[in-house]
Amino acid sequence: MKTFRIIKDRPAGFFAEFEKRPAPLRHNMHYCPGCGHGVLHKIVAEALTDFDIKDRTTFISPVGCAVFGYYYMDCFGISTPHGRAPAVATGLSRAHRDSVVISYQGDGDLAAIGFNEFIHTVNRGENLCYIFVNNAIYGMTGGQMAPTTLVGQKTSTTPHGRCASEDGIPFRVAEIVASQPNPVYVERVALSTPKEIMKARAAIRKAIKNTMERKGLSFVEVLSPCPVGLKKDAAGISKFIDEEMTKIFPLGKLKDVAAERVPVEHPVPVYDREKVRAALFPQENGAEETESSGKKLREDVYNESEIFEKERRIKVAGAGGQGVLSLAYIIAHMARLRNFNVTYLPTYGPEMRGGTADCSVVASRREIASPIVDSNANMLIVLNQPSLDKYLPQLKPTGVIVYDSSSVTLPEIGENQVAYGVPAAQLAVGLGSTRYGNSLILGALAKMMEELFLTPKDTKDFSDVVEAALRECFADKPKIIAPNLEAFRLGKENAFRAETIKTPK
Amino acid sequence: MKKRYFPKIRNDECKGCERCVIACPKGVLALGKALNVMGLPHVFVADEAACTGCSLCFYTCPEPGAISIIEEKEED
Ligand SMILES: Cc1ncc(C[n+]2csc(CCOP(=O)(O)OP(=O)(O)O)c2C)c(N)n1
Ligand code: SF4
Ligand code: SF4
Ligand code: SF4
Repeated sequence: MKTFRIIKDRPAGFFAEFEKRPAPLRHNMHYCPGCGHGVLHKIVAEALTDFDIKDRTTFISPVGCAVFGYYYMDCFGISTPHGRAPAVATGLSRAHRDSVVISYQGDGDLAAIGFNEFIHTVNRGENLCYIFVNNAIYGMTGGQMAPTTLVGQKTSTTPHGRCASEDGIPFRVAEIVASQPNPVYVERVALSTPKEIMKARAAIRKAIKNTMERKGLSFVEVLSPCPVGLKKDAAGISKFIDEEMTKIFPLGKLKDVAAERVPVEHPVPVYDREKVRAALFPQENGAEETESSGKKLREDVYNESEIFEKERRIKVAGAGGQGVLSLAYIIAHMARLRNFNVTYLPTYGPEMRGGTADCSVVASRREIASPIVDSNANMLIVLNQPSLDKYLPQLKPTGVIVYDSSSVTLPEIGENQVAYGVPAAQLAVGLGSTRYGNSLILGALAKMMEELFLTPKDTKDFSDVVEAALRECFADKPKIIAPNLEAFRLGKENAFRAETIKTPK
Repeated sequence: MKKRYFPKIRNDECKGCERCVIACPKGVLALGKALNVMGLPHVFVADEAACTGCSLCFYTCPEPGAISIIEEKEED
């Protein structure tokens, strides 16, 4: 009696039918005859069922001939923008601890456009299985030079052959990966003769196993036939791989330390909506929300003074390191705490210290069209002389100036402009730290607002909101809240309306 | 008990790349002249008796299901 058994057949790791393929041919892949991508897909598809990992594997294939990998593999599939697989792979592997993420990238994709992202993923040693398809060319776009193209190899962009002095030399990715401490397994294989194909199969299966065991990053570089791009037949392309490519890209294991490595672990992400909300907005969940915690919006307070009816554009400027940005930040918070729309736009000089720093703050009851204050400012707060000289022309003819009189000498200002000074830096030294300068300036600001613009009700509220903003901004340094409130009080006490030389109209 | 092996070609899935023809150590496969649904020539089993079931043709073939390998057992 005769019995028959199929010992090798279409791997069940492929979809039974490629329903996502647009063509009527739903059993073939879209690759050219003899393409290495097909050989590799078969090895991966076989491993998916042999290791029973279809339900936890994601096959990531970015732009390149394999961009439609998700048509074929019966697992999760993502095709990413060109070169961007490492970021997507990292996110997936971290978010889903038990997932097996395979990043399948071509040489144009991985070694050219995506190399930066790739090498940092290698450096971090993410738990990923890397399959790097080195076919010495850009296949999909019609045979341009890749970083891995051999010297002398003709491509559409190197019609006379790649020239080492003009175009560089073939880029050896496996060697670079193996030179890094974090990857656990690096091997280079070839899809030429059956013997080499069986070695490639073993390497890819080992890399997938390592990923299943969370050993870290495993990398298999595959010298793969692109017979169409290189204009060769099956025998010719195998010969090219075996005799030309392997001279530059020697085959073999470059690194294997998987046995010594403990499984990679990362913090476990939280997806529960309620838990995320509770972490982001503790006050919603009954955490004490008081005015002194600085978190509470006082919806019951409405500032009635006329000044608040229009958009108010403020420029804060000084030297880098003087606290310009934090002063602007406190002012922005004051506006936010009273339900104004507010924008905060800092500009940094390239220097950390010694350069200039300025910041635009716009507050309004209506929508704010532009956060940039570079003309028609309503208020200029300046902490040093160069800032005043630079920004005075941007102040409205009816604008106000608040300045540190310990270092700034007021020049001639417009007829309808007003200036309030306080020797902030000097007084701050007296208080024990130059860092109190900001609160002293806020004192001068409060005095100016009270004398010129605020109704009695808003006068009281202005001090309250300064206090609330200080508490909020220094919430993590509770010790310095009291001295800053003291500095604010002192600033208000010492602020003065400057005698100014008015420019006649 | 006698065992023998032979490959089976799905003509309409073969792209005629000849990788299997080169890979087979026993010369079992050959490229034919007839065209399949894709308009491509496909391989055929030229010397079935020579097949050892090594499956090298299967692994070198880029198409998912163009080649299968069958084992035949005969109980005596
Ligand atoms: C951002 C971006 N730049 C360029 C392209 C054009 N492009 C498509 S495929 C490709 C090269 C792919 O080569 P490789 O990664 O070696 O894969 P292969 O096609 O050889 O398998 C390029 C440059 C693109 N799709 N997206
Ligand atoms: S161009 Fe090259 S890599 Fe792309 S499918 Fe064709 S043979 Fe394969
Ligand atoms: S199984 Fe081996 S012997 Fe048989 S056809 Fe395939 S390659 Fe040739
Ligand atoms: S390797 Fe596959 S596709 Fe190529 S000729 Fe053989 S059976 Fe056909």
